[in-house]
Amino acid sequence: MAVEPIQEEMAGVCVDAHGSAIGMPQLCGEWIPNQIFWLIITLVVIFFVLSRIALPRIASVLAERQGTITNDISAAEELKRQAKDAEAAYEKALADARTEAQAIAQKARDEIKAKLDAATAEADAKIAEKSAESEKVLAGIRASAVESVEAVAKETAEAIVAALGTSADQAAIDAAVANRMKG
Amino acid sequence: MATEAAHGADMAEHAVEGGLSFHPMDQFMIKPLFGAGDVGMFTITNVTLWMFICILAIIGVMVLGTSRRAIIPSRSQSVAELAYGFIYKMIEDVTGKDGLKYFPYIMTLFMFIVFSNFLGLIPMSFTTTSHIAVTWVLALAVFLGVTILGFVKNGVHFLGLFWVTSAPLALRPILAVIEIISYFVRPVSHSIRLAGNVMAGHAVMKVFAGFAALAVVSPVSIVAITAIYGLEVLVAFIQAYVFTILTCVYLKDALHPAH
Repeated sequence: MAVEPIQEEMAGVCVDAHGSAIGMPQLCGEWIPNQIFWLIITLVVIFFVLSRIALPRIASVLAERQGTITNDISAAEELKRQAKDAEAAYEKALADARTEAQAIAQKARDEIKAKLDAATAEADAKIAEKSAESEKVLAGIRASAVESVEAVAKETAEAIVAALGTSADQAAIDAAVANRMKG
Repeated sequence: MATEAAHGADMAEHAVEGGLSFHPMDQFMIKPLFGAGDVGMFTITNVTLWMFICILAIIGVMVLGTSRRAIIPSRSQSVAELAYGFIYKMIEDVTGKDGLKYFPYIMTLFMFIVFSNFLGLIPMSFTTTSHIAVTWVLALAVFLGVTILGFVKNGVHFLGLFWVTSAPLALRPILAVIEIISYFVRPVSHSIRLAGNVMAGHAVMKVFAGFAALAVVSPVSIVAITAIYGLEVLVAFIQAYVFTILTCVYLKDALHPAH
């Protein structure tokens, strides 16, 4: 410590003539009671300040914070649960919609198929009818054609016979033509 | 550090007068604040001043700092809560739940020591915990408190602390003597550990400051002061921690004397 002139007056049991400590100040008995007195006062003051004001206050703040955290966590869990429920409902709605869409599509497909089948059957029937009709007409035409051929053949045969200069009766020519036509 | 350097310059004047002079212990002197004269029991001294500052600092952090009771704490409230949680957890870990009744007493000890140690690191300040008278009162209070508590809580069973039942019968009397000696040495080691550490660090800093008067070694000594100061910051906290945790250990012995 700085040596100031004023301290030279303080020379005593613990301080030398220059104002410096003699030996260890910690071991100088003259200085001990003063420290113990002020220490006890200080400790009592600190104890009352801490135990009456500071520590209960900090304890309440910590407890309050713990409570807030617990509440917030449970609220967050509740919200999470709700979100999960909403997600499940959404998924369910989506699945339902998909099933319904599939059902509708299936139904539409079935309907179209039924209609198509009906139309095909009708068309087949019509075709069959038309072809039967045509066949009948064709048969008629063929029959009339054969008749005509026969008539023409008879006439031609008659004409050829006449041209050859011979006459034959109508009945013989008809029989001969009919005979030929069969073969 | 600046004041230390100024002090070094002051010492240089001395050096001119008659060689290099060191007064590393003068920083621990008790001085009356008003006027000169003898230091009586009730004299207002630098001890009074620095203990008063210590009380103000504790009130500042623990009372004013927490006055807003915020759910989201401010910086000073965080420090107060940190100190609270630190000591609370220490007691719970070392002594168990039943030691928490004594939380305010242990908190008082810890706050006083930690604040005194750190206030003592302010240049030109006075370190109250560097005095064996102070630490002896603290350690003696712990010793007496714990011993009385041990007998009140456990009666004669408290003496089981000295009778090691897990040892062979022939060894037990010898162990009992050792245990008793170690028990009574507790307040001595408890108090000297704190005062000795704090005093030694401050004295070493002062010695280096004295060497700073020599121009040749002054850079080295200033670097050394800086390094020792960093070490002392650690020591200031660690010694407060050690004192407190030993108090918890002694308290545990009083509450659960069985080995």
